[in-house]
Amino acid sequence: MSATETAPFQPLAFQPGDRVAIARVNPPGHRRTPFYVRGKIGVIERACGEFLNPEELGYGFTGQPRRRLYRVRFRQHDIWPAYRGSTGDTIDVDIYEHWLSHLPD
Amino acid sequence: MSGNHDHDHSHGHDHDHPGVKPEDTSAPGRYELMTLAMQELLIEKGILTPEKIRRGIEALDSWQPSRGAAVVARAWTDPAFKAELLADGNAAVSRFGVDMGEAKLTVVESTSNVHNVIVCTLCSCYPRGLLGLPPDWYRSKRYRARIVSEPRKVLAEFGTVIADDVAVRVHDSLADLRYLVLPKRPAGTEGWSEEKLASIVTRDSMVGVAVPMPSAT
Repeated sequence: MSATETAPFQPLAFQPGDRVAIARVNPPGHRRTPFYVRGKIGVIERACGEFLNPEELGYGFTGQPRRRLYRVRFRQHDIWPAYRGSTGDTIDVDIYEHWLSHLPD
Repeated sequence: MSGNHDHDHSHGHDHDHPGVKPEDTSAPGRYELMTLAMQELLIEKGILTPEKIRRGIEALDSWQPSRGAAVVARAWTDPAFKAELLADGNAAVSRFGVDMGEAKLTVVESTSNVHNVIVCTLCSCYPRGLLGLPPDWYRSKRYRARIVSEPRKVLAEFGTVIADDVAVRVHDSLADLRYLVLPKRPAGTEGWSEEKLASIVTRDSMVGVAVPMPSAT
């Protein structure tokens, strides 16, 4: 691995405030991204650091490479069409970077 | 076996059995058997001892919500500590002898405008070092499914009615973070000592299904 690849201060792929789409996929296995946000759009609340990938670790693999973890905030009305509550109500979900893609502002 | 839980136990179940009493004599389930087999192997190989396991369980059982309450009371009275708690939860609670291990503590602050509540829809992730073992309702599929989709209704069932102009923010703890709600300090507690403040900070208020009540003491 080159020095660049192991550099501790890589730029974050997503910044707080970025709009992101969650992958609408159904891979087999124990996945951490709940079904209720798959295919939905949210906003990065914060970056949480890098962690061994639990979706690999759980099956006896090394969990490498580490994955960046984000908290993504969703509007409840975007998740549940029949949601009863204020428009300001939100749900924050921990999502690994490989589930996220950028959207234009 | 509890009365409302009379289904056949021969299926390979992995659900919680909050109604099962310690003296339950029904056959162990598949996961319980796997756990016992693993335990026996680890002991046989000298990696663990029965004494170590017992001490681990004893330590786990000794953790109580009073640890979290002390942290909240400090945050209410010491702005510098509160800032640290919100920025780096692990470092802040280590001052109270709480070791979060691999997990990253994320403290979410409830204010006049935001009410926070915690769930783990996958399993039962919970800040055990601060609150002890989670209550049965927190682990129930019913709570986990409903708090994300109809939080206001579930909160009202706990006796916690959130005004329409206060945003309800649910936190689904799915990965390597553990959440703790820093409740809003209630009015009428001005001048209280840290110890007295801690006495009104309940487990449920740190999960977010309740709010601290100064009249509770």
